[in-house]
Amino acid sequence: MLAARLVRLVATILVVSFVTFMMVNLLPGDPINALVPPEAQNNQEFVEQLREEFGLNDPMMVRYANWLGDAVTGDLGKSVITSQPVAGEIWRRLPITAELALVAIGFSLFIAIPLGTLSAYKQGKRVDQSISAAAQVSLSIPNFVLGLLLIYVFAMRLQWLPATGWTRLTESVSGNIKSVILPALSLALAEVAVYTRVVRSDMISTLQEDYILSARAKGLKDRFILFRHALRPSSLTLITVVGLNVGALIGGTVVIETLFAIPGLGKRLLDAVFQRDFLMIQGITVFVAVVYVTINTLVDIIYMLVDPRIRKKV
Amino acid sequence: MNASVTVNSAEASANTNGASLLQVSDLHTSFSVQAGEVKAVRGVSFSLDQGKTLGVVGESGSGKTVLARSIMRLNLGDNVNTSGSAVFEGKELLASTMSEMQTLWGNEVAMVFQDPMTSLNPLVKVGRQVTEHVRHHLGASKAEAKALAIDLLKEVRIPEPESRLNAYPHELSGGMRQRICIAIALACEPTLLFADEPTTALDVTVQHQILNLLNREQQERHMAMILITHDLGVVAGRTDEIMVMYAGNVVEQAPTAALFADMQHPYTEALLRSIPRTTQRSHTRLAAIAGRPPDLIDPPSGCAFSPRCPYVQPKCREETPPLQATDNSGHKSACWFPVGTPENKEAFEKNLAARLPQTMSVAEGAMVNTEMLQEKAATQEERN
Repeated sequence: MLAARLVRLVATILVVSFVTFMMVNLLPGDPINALVPPEAQNNQEFVEQLREEFGLNDPMMVRYANWLGDAVTGDLGKSVITSQPVAGEIWRRLPITAELALVAIGFSLFIAIPLGTLSAYKQGKRVDQSISAAAQVSLSIPNFVLGLLLIYVFAMRLQWLPATGWTRLTESVSGNIKSVILPALSLALAEVAVYTRVVRSDMISTLQEDYILSARAKGLKDRFILFRHALRPSSLTLITVVGLNVGALIGGTVVIETLFAIPGLGKRLLDAVFQRDFLMIQGITVFVAVVYVTINTLVDIIYMLVDPRIRKKV
Repeated sequence: MNASVTVNSAEASANTNGASLLQVSDLHTSFSVQAGEVKAVRGVSFSLDQGKTLGVVGESGSGKTVLARSIMRLNLGDNVNTSGSAVFEGKELLASTMSEMQTLWGNEVAMVFQDPMTSLNPLVKVGRQVTEHVRHHLGASKAEAKALAIDLLKEVRIPEPESRLNAYPHELSGGMRQRICIAIALACEPTLLFADEPTTALDVTVQHQILNLLNREQQERHMAMILITHDLGVVAGRTDEIMVMYAGNVVEQAPTAALFADMQHPYTEALLRSIPRTTQRSHTRLAAIAGRPPDLIDPPSGCAFSPRCPYVQPKCREETPPLQATDNSGHKSACWFPVGTPENKEAFEKNLAARLPQTMSVAEGAMVNTEMLQEKAATQEERN
């Protein structure tokens, strides 16, 4: 069964990489313009030589096959601007974006699970209504606006945290923590709103179950019943939504990394787009797509860990 | 509601003796819904002594489950109104706070629910479910809890208890799951156990085993038990006293032997008649009780059973019969024309002459029965 999943994963990655390759190549504008300095644009011979060197004259399928052949060995080509290997660039920046995304997910779950649970427990009461209203508001704030607001309050006014920049974990742990808090919070808020609603609605239906009544009849404390009996059966939708939201989160990092001047994958991708660094765009996009597909396969596996009944069927 | 008043005074004197473990008087429970007030329990009184068993019998919607949950304070929601009194070990449950109830639940008072398929958490291992409340109430350590869990599973006759502790509920059969539920209920050695239709969701072959298990545990532990069922056959050999409920009221209440020896309320009689028997000829029509349980938002005036009663008289539709003691054995019933009295016979004949539908169907059933008996007698004669 696991083998079938892996086959499906590989097939998905192939399709995704092909579509990405197509899209990058179908972007308007000849990538050669980015490669050739303006003063040499008229030198036909030089331009032709460069085209040949980057394989731009081959048909698209051949270029895809070549690129894929290299990509499988871990070679994603070189940046046409800086000549750095694309794969190396990804590995260098991945830890930053990954940390940012994970901390953002962590923050959002840490806030959303208790809020959603409380909301369901107090269904229809004032607390529930306030939480729903707050979620509605936070959903309608774009993350970069929130980011600016957080910078204004915590970096400029209170001066607790740095406004921009990134300290790597290997340089300073406390510096790293300080630099991740604000951008991760900016990313997390919209997710908090979604996750709170998801947990609330699943939790409300779980609380109707007979086994919750029998847990009550055992004299267990409400909090224990909520978190040790009701939470797990109420988390299946949450897991799906978190998995699906990873894509939105990575999209979010592009904006937030730019706002906070964080040298992550998102910022690098944006720079590459401005520079028409097509191999870099392609490399990063495919990498992100692969991560996304892999995470959603993992979600299926987490499902099985959460619900023993699914474990049986698989 | 005259019924509860009379009973109340009788029971109040019993209470002064201080003998009862549980003393319920004039308990009312209703649910406010859009259409009005659903009066699910309408003035129930009884007392239960340590180590005794009370059977509560009635069809679906007669208020048995709501009664149990009202006493236990397990009815949830803002729309529940409970009044009256339920004193357990000298403590008024209806006036207790939720945290006071939490110290009783699972500890002093436990409940076995109807459907073992849904009353165990599917995502929690059996071992934890059996002992989590023991650890909570009695502060047992993990190792103590595990040892206790193994003992309990052995006691409820679950094979290989050690390995079952790590099983999830879906890996067990319905009967096994109900055994687990019973083990859970027994874990803290409660003094009072509610068993709310514990066998309704199970295979017939398993029902007996579960009931016998409950009975054995009840006797060994000298625990009081309230056994709720719709099946008079279930309570027949297993209870000290039986309370028959209809539309939220107690219509007949008696020591078990007295009830079966001298059934007084037409509803009790109808319940017993509706149990199919193997001695009946095949294709005998099932003796269902004609009509449906009444609307509890707007119950019929007079006796609630009157629209379905084969002996109904004009008086029944106007005046509610009180639950009265009919002899000094503790047998009480609420009927103007109790079964077995000349008045009852007279009423039946009057209705038969008027061709009242519910009376006709009862008469038909009786005819079939006599026919069958005659037939039996005939074959017997032939053999001779």
